[in-house]
Amino acid sequence: MSEARPARPGLYYPKLPATWWLRRPGYVRFMLREVTSVFVAIFVVELLVIVHKIGQGPQAYADMVAKLQSPGCIVFHVIALAFVLYHTITWFQATGVVQVVRVGDRQVPPALVVAGNYVAWVVASLFILYWLLVRS
Amino acid sequence: MSPGKTIEPLWWSLFSAGGVVAAFLVPVHLFLFGLAIPLGWVSVSHARLLALVGHPVVKLYLFVLIALPLYHWAHRFRFILEDLGLHGLRMPLAVLCYGSAIVGTVATVWVLIRI
Repeated sequence: MSEARPARPGLYYPKLPATWWLRRPGYVRFMLREVTSVFVAIFVVELLVIVHKIGQGPQAYADMVAKLQSPGCIVFHVIALAFVLYHTITWFQATGVVQVVRVGDRQVPPALVVAGNYVAWVVASLFILYWLLVRS
Repeated sequence: MSPGKTIEPLWWSLFSAGGVVAAFLVPVHLFLFGLAIPLGWVSVSHARLLALVGHPVVKLYLFVLIALPLYHWAHRFRFILEDLGLHGLRMPLAVLCYGSAIVGTVATVWVLIRI
């Protein structure tokens, strides 16, 4: 046998087709959850461009907003918002499992930890909206 | 590095921190700049935005908001590609993904200090 020595001996990789995640709904949800990160990354890069355009002046910013008004961009952002919200939901769900919060000797029920995350998220989001839109 | 020791915990910490930022802060900003402002549901003047992004505290906030989620993406995307069967490219994928996040971090600093 003259097979090439694997880069990391001791790790076994089952040979699966690239479409393995389509086999079960749970696998599809896993893949959707992982893919949310792509939309997160695209948006933060967009946000960096927007910040850059704001710095360049009113005309550059107005041109940027005009681009964001195109139907393609709007459709993309509706889809991206759905994915980003899925990230928020799955992240909070995972936090409830992973993060053990104790008060004294008692463990706070995971559902309460998740609920606390949602409350903090809503408060933070409303505060940002208020800061940007009202407090001018 | 001694055997068994890796910098994996560093990438995982950045992934986790970026995941928290993405979960709490990204949706509202995406809603505002991706939909509400372009569709005219709300209006924010350029002068107001310029005053905001010029503020040191807001710059620090934007740095956290933009840079950390890039590491969150890098970590997940790396494993998406591996899970799709690219096990043989483990190292190049890691360099490409985390490297992109580092480039993005440098770009973020560059944009923010020039304002």
